[in-house]
Parts: sequence; structure tokens; C-alpha cells
Amino acid sequence: MSATDLVGASGKQYEIVVGLEVHCELATETKLFCGCANHFGSLPNTNICPVCMGLPGSLPVLNERAVEYAMRIGLALNCTVNPSIFHRKNYFYPDQTKDYQISQYDEPINSNGFLELPDGSSVGIERAHMEEDTGKSTHIGGGGRIQGADYSLVDYNRAGVPLVEIVSRPDITSADQARAYVLELRGVLVASGASDGRMEEGSLRVDANVSVREVGSTTLGTRCEVKNLNSLRSLGRAIDYEARRQVALVDGGEKVVQETRHWNEHEGRTSSMRSKEEANDYRYFPEPDLVPLVPSPELVESVRAALGVLPAERRRRLAQLATDGAVPTEPIATVVELGLDALVLEAHADGADFRLALTRAANEAAAEPEAAAALDAHSFASLIKLESAGSLTATQAKAVLAEMLSHGGEPAEIAKSLGYEALSTGAIDEVLDGIIAEHQSEWDRFLAGDEKVTQFFLGQVMRATQGRANGKVVAEALSARKSRQSGNSN
Amino acid sequence: MSAIEIATAVRAGEQSARSAVEGALRAIREGDGALHAFLLVTEESALERADALDAAIARGEDPGSLAGVPIALKDNLCTIGVPTTCSSQILAGWIPPYNATVVAKLTAAGAIAVGKTNLDEFAMGSSTENSAFGPTRNPWALDRVPGGSSGGSAAAVAAGFVPLAVGSDTGGSIRQPASLCGVVGVKPTYGLVSRYGLIAFASSLDQIGPFAVSVADAALLLEVLAGHDRLDSTSIDRPAPKLVESLEEGISGLRVGVIDDFLTDASTATRRAVGDAASALSAAGALVDHVAIPALLDGLASYYVIAPAEASSNLSRYDGVRYGLRVDADDVEQMNSKTRAAGFGAEVKRRIMLGTFALSAGYYDAYYAQAQRVRTLISEAFARAYSDFDVLIGPTTPGVAFRFGEKSDPLAMYLSDLYTIPSNLAGHPAMSVPFALGEDQLPVGVQILAPALREVVMFRVAAVLESAAPIGVGAPIGLPESVAR
Repeated sequence: MSATDLVGASGKQYEIVVGLEVHCELATETKLFCGCANHFGSLPNTNICPVCMGLPGSLPVLNERAVEYAMRIGLALNCTVNPSIFHRKNYFYPDQTKDYQISQYDEPINSNGFLELPDGSSVGIERAHMEEDTGKSTHIGGGGRIQGADYSLVDYNRAGVPLVEIVSRPDITSADQARAYVLELRGVLVASGASDGRMEEGSLRVDANVSVREVGSTTLGTRCEVKNLNSLRSLGRAIDYEARRQVALVDGGEKVVQETRHWNEHEGRTSSMRSKEEANDYRYFPEPDLVPLVPSPELVESVRAALGVLPAERRRRLAQLATDGAVPTEPIATVVELGLDALVLEAHADGADFRLALTRAANEAAAEPEAAAALDAHSFASLIKLESAGSLTATQAKAVLAEMLSHGGEPAEIAKSLGYEALSTGAIDEVLDGIIAEHQSEWDRFLAGDEKVTQFFLGQVMRATQGRANGKVVAEALSARKSRQSGNSN
Repeated sequence: MSAIEIATAVRAGEQSARSAVEGALRAIREGDGALHAFLLVTEESALERADALDAAIARGEDPGSLAGVPIALKDNLCTIGVPTTCSSQILAGWIPPYNATVVAKLTAAGAIAVGKTNLDEFAMGSSTENSAFGPTRNPWALDRVPGGSSGGSAAAVAAGFVPLAVGSDTGGSIRQPASLCGVVGVKPTYGLVSRYGLIAFASSLDQIGPFAVSVADAALLLEVLAGHDRLDSTSIDRPAPKLVESLEEGISGLRVGVIDDFLTDASTATRRAVGDAASALSAAGALVDHVAIPALLDGLASYYVIAPAEASSNLSRYDGVRYGLRVDADDVEQMNSKTRAAGFGAEVKRRIMLGTFALSAGYYDAYYAQAQRVRTLISEAFARAYSDFDVLIGPTTPGVAFRFGEKSDPLAMYLSDLYTIPSNLAGHPAMSVPFALGEDQLPVGVQILAPALREVVMFRVAAVLESAAPIGVGAPIGLPESVAR
């Protein structure tokens, strides 16, 4: 959304302020406080035990691997790793086995970081703390919500699954940036190995705190927390909707009520879930069943050392290769997101042209990311080199790449089997002779300097050769003839 | 017979575990109608266990240090396949699918559980009058309370039904009933005994401990209960202390402080008992002096914020959704509310409300945070006292067993725990040893307090007090006449 979209009826200009809370399930083998499997998709209530069911007398024991993963996330987000403690967040809900959630509160494991986005902007990270997930309720009847449901079913397999909640600062200024933030965060989480980042399985869940203010104002407006954002598309639409709703209120002299709002994807709007007054008093207090978590500096450093290369650094490595002219930011972001950056880097090291390799990777290869990940970098480099040399036209190169993606093989051989022996200059000249004979008037215009008919002749050659001619070679042939014929007439 | 005598005879093949268990079951059958110490007697499984144990001994195996000893378990300890109620209607019908760590340890040591004992609902109380299933009577006087909350365990041992019982102590729930029933009761260092499977009242204060007819029996039982448990994050990672072997080492040169602040509100006979105990320790070679630690009396106020706060959270899970009582209603909130209204007794509700209030936004700092600061002050006051003394002594509770209904004012009841609460707040060990007969010829216990993990010294002092006690070892213990009739 551009800023001009946020002009109120009064003509005042407004801007969006968004902070995101992202819940990320950790990819541990077992749950946060017991030995039950942390596995999505099992039969309901099969991965449960006295601890995650909160049975009387059971006690939590912290999963060390979950702590390590939480530290990885914090370090990947440039946070400080702190000594931390757990609190109890008390509220009644049937999918909460103890009717309190063990969560970190005012002493989180990670704080004060930032996430750099592909466009160069940076979003502050307030904290990334650990907590346990709840079970999953399914409400039957009553529109799928607990109020008015005929009955509800609860699957406690998810109860006690380790989560890290990543809370951004309100640094996000548009729906696009919010999407870019989540996409980048997902990349960081996956790269750190701490999460599979699957939004569709609920591994990644996003809530948005949205407010608006007049451009130029430095104070934050009243925010609303928007929930039920199940996709990047929902996130963007919900922010845009919510911002417009708030601008209409503020611009009309009304106040935004601080509340939690539910995004309805089907209706494309948010509606009130509960106001601040109705909000729970969670009665946080330190969890007496757990001891303080004090990671040693050595442990923190060993986790830091084991972190893989993160997306921002991978983008930087590619950007460094764009020595001639502007940095192609978007294709770089795409190949890094899909993990195809290594392919481009290796092809470049093998002598292939960087920009062409990047273009083919970010467009054709990116369309089939799984097959692309399996591409042999040397073969890919050979393809790029053939295209650069003019031995293959762009169209041909794309067709060869498609074949490489579906069946593998060496590009030169594939080109041969497809009949893509590049047409020689002589062959192209022969074709041109015929075309010029048929289209004399167009040819005269071309000679007279009408550049527009260049395209016409290119198209004709392509049609006559069924796309086998190299556009660059045809263009060269045309201009060679032009200078020859002009020379004769003089 | 003491637990040590039974275990020795059973291990030597001189007595069968079956006869020991049958003896306990017979005593319960004959005496518990009057007392109501037990909520459930597990006769069948106890006899099966005894027979299995006897068979093992016949095969030449050693079943452990508590071989064949009948033992009673407070009914807030989870027992697999056996109902565990916490004396509450809200757990109606619930059968734990697992054993508490201490129950597993007792089984491994050859002890035989004969039943589950009565308590104040969720261990909240000092008389067992808060049990949803009716109170337990004191074997010394049937019109008196046995104390609480572990009143059933204390009465079962005092009545001679079993030589050993297990209780839990959050603010005095082992020591106070031990004092009122004339038996030995121990609250160990916080973290010495695993809490896994103990149904929580106040997690930062709860600790499991023994009841016994003698100091040596209590030491033997605590050796079995103690030790690190991976399932309890607050469990201390070190081996269980060796208590029995050093019991007779004496206390020569030991510095003992008599806490003056605990004497002011104690009954005449209680004060006299503590004075006599101090003389006895002095006679045994200890260096006895008086000490003022006024901060300890602030413990009560701190405790009655922290314990209800933790309880309000611990007891949230009893919501009717997954197990126990459910009162059906139109929606889930109503179901939660009606279930809890029907399932909890008045004292439990009072503490849930107190605790919920203390943790609420706007009140947290004034109540919960302030209570934690007082808790720190108490630990610091103890630390200063322990720079001058090895152990401290005082009364366990202000007076002898009171009559049913006598302390209907909750605050008067709470004051029963004035002298026991500080050790829970500090996480220190403390124990009650029966020492004298007080008003109305009822037992008076003397409390020994020690720094964290100094159980060995505490037990040596207890052994000296026991041998010097004018009521004599085991003399009044056993089935009193009032019950035998």
C-alpha cells in the first residue's frame, strides 16, 4: 500500500505502524517439558503423558534441546541471550491442560535484536521468548467458535509443544513490509534449523498489532491486535483493512478502541473479539516448579558458532557479484529464499555470467524449486555459458533448462536432441533474403531509419525459423545489411 | 514393633511380611472406625505385595531396607490404579495412571502400602476438619483434632496401626500433627525429596516427609524417600544423606539456640517442655543459649499470601474438562464455575480467592512481591542465627491438640502454624519430636530447626531429645485406651 492510500476524508495523511508477534514451533523431537513426541499429524491424543496433560502431581522438566533452539533463534536475530526464568500465565481454557501456560514474561531468554530485510530496511526485535503451546480445540456447531458450539473436541498432542514467540518492535510501516518481515523471519528460522517454518501446519503463527497516526506525528496511536492470520495474504489484507478502518475513525474525530480483533478471510474484514476491559488478567508469577535458566557464555558461543549462514549474509554474497550496475535485489531475495543462491554462486565461479545465471535461477529454476535444488551447478553453468555465447536463444535456453529440471542431463546434448543447433549467420542471411523479398515496403522503411520495423523483421525471422534464430545475431545481421546497402547507395 | 525391628526380622526370615501386614490391617480394622485415619485401605494389594515379598525372601533376595514394613500414604500422593482424592470432591473418580516418585521408592525398598490417609482438603488446614470425607480423630482424645493437614498419617502412626507413614508439609502439615499426636514428624530440606506425584498445594513450599514412632525409624524412612529425581526440576542433585549410622554420635559441643520469639504465645506446658528440652541438650554436652529472631514471626503473613497465590494457580486445572468432577452446564465457563463451586470446600475456596487477589493486576506488588521480600528477610534472619548456632529449637505448635470446632475462626487456625512456617519459607529442614505431656495429659512436641541439608545434625539432636524425653520412647505411643475401648 502506498502512503497516498491513507488519506482521510479530511485530506490528512496517515501512516501505518505495525508490530508483529510471531509464534514459531520448534522442530525438537520431544515436547518442552516432557518426553512426548513433538509431531504434527498423529492421531488425536496419542502424544500425551501425565506432564503435558497437567495431571495432578506431575511436574515439568525443561527440554535442553528446546533451549538450544531458542538460543539459535535469538542469536540469528542479533539478540542478547540472557539468564531467564519462566512464569505462569493463568487463564481458563479447555485446551490448556493446567489452566495456566508456562511462558517467559519479564525475563526472556532473548532480547533486543533486529532483523534485516532484503530491501535493506531493519525491524527491531524486542524479545524472543520460550513458552509451551496449547492443545487444539475443534468446536462443533455454532460457527466453529466456542460460543454457541454444540460441543468441542480437544486434541492435546500440541499441548506442551515448544514455541518461541518473536515480538517485533512497532517498526513496520506497510503491509508489504509486514509480509517481507514474516518471509525473512521464516527464512532465518529455517536456516537456523530451529523450525520448519510451515505456516500451513501452524508451525508459524502471526498476530499483528496495528495502529495509525498522522504523518509527522511521533506518538503511537491506539493499537488493535489482529488474530487469525493464517497466511501471508491474510496478513497483508488484514493490515490494509485494519489501517483503513482506523483512519476512518481517527479522521472522523472518533477514537480507536484498544481491543483484540478477529480477521475473517472470507469477508475480508476484522471484527471485535474482546475489549481491553474484557481482557484476561493473567496473574503472571514466577513458575515455582522450574529453576532459573542461566546459559553459560561458553554455551552461547558454541551455539553461535554452530549457526549456519543466514539469509542476509547470503544475499550480501550475491550482491557483491553485481559489480556492473544496479544490484538486482528482487531476484537475489528470491534465490536466497528458495535456497538457490549456492547454484548461482557456483555457476559464477565456474565462469558463467552472474546476471544471466541469477535471472534463470530466479525465474525458470525458481518455478520448480525442488528440482532446481537438485541441479548440477556445473551443468547449469554450461547452459548459461551457451546462452551468453549466443549458441542458444533465450527461448531455447529456457526449454533446455526445463528439460534439465525434469529429466537432468547436459545442456549441450539436450540442445542437440531438441534440434537447437544454433543457426549460422549464413542460414539467417538466407532466411532474411526471402523475407525482404516478400516485404519490400517494410524493408524500405527500415532502410529509411524507421526503427519500429526492426521488431517486425525480428518476428518474421523467428517465425520462419521456429524460434531457432538468436535474436542478437538477427539484429546484428539486420544492421550489417543496412550499413552495407546504405554504403552502396552512396 | 518399630519399622527397624520389622524390617530386620523380615529380612532375616524370622517374620513374614504377610504377618506384619496382617497385623497392621487387623489394627486398622479394629481401631479406625473410631479414628477415621484412612480414606482407603488397600487390603488386597497389600497382602499380595506381602506374599510376593515373602516369596522373594524365600528365593534369597533382599527386598530392601523397609522389607515388609506396613506404611500409610497421605492421600495427596499419586498411586497407580488406586484412587487419590486429596480429600476433595473435585477429584471424585480420578485414578492416577502413575506413581509418585516416593511411592515407587518405597515399593523398591520393600515397604508395603496399606492405605491412603485423610487430610485437610488439598492439604489446606491444621486439623483435618477440612476433609470432604469427615475429620480424623486424635487417638489420645477422640474429641480432639489430630492436627493437619497430614492428620490421618499422624493418627495412623500414633494409634499403632502402622509404624511409618508419609505426609507432606507446606507450612507445618507434618510437624504440627506429629506434635499433636505424639509421634516423630520430619519436614526435610526443600528439594531433598522429589515432589513428582505429590498433588501440589504450594509448589515452592511443599515437601514430603516421614512420620514414625521413633527417631531412628524416621531416619530410616527419610533415607529411602530422599535423593535426586530427574522428574522434579527442584530436586537437589546429590545422594540421600546417611542418617541412621550417625544417630548415636551425640551432640557434644553443638551450639543450640532456643528461639525466644516462639515461646511468647506458647502454652505453659509447651514453654516448660522446651525449657526441659534445652536442659536435656545442655546435659548431653550441647552449648545452649537463647536467641531472638523476631523476623520469623512475620512468616505467617508472608506464607498466607505466597501459599494461596501458588495454590490458586495449581488448583486451576480442576475445571471439569479432563478428569474428576464435572457439573454439566450450558457453556464451558458455566461448567467450570459450577464444577468448582460444587467440588471445592470452603477453606480451599477461601485460599483460591486470597491467592487470585494477591496476584491480580494492581495488587501484585503490594501482596505477592511484598510477601516474597519478607520471605527473603526470613532467610537472611535464619542465616544470621546459623552463624552463631548449629541448630535451633522451639515448640512445634503453640499448644496441645484442640477440640473439634474450637478454631472455627480461620485466623485462629492459621496461628497453629506460626512456628512451623518459617522453615518452609526458607526451605530448611525441621522436625518435631514428642517430648512431654502437656495440658490434659496430651503430647507436646519439641521442634528442631536446622540449615538446609543439615538433616544429619538435626537427627542427632532428635535422638538425644528422644532418649531424654520424660514420656519415654514409645511409652504413650501405641493404641491409646480411648481407641482400644
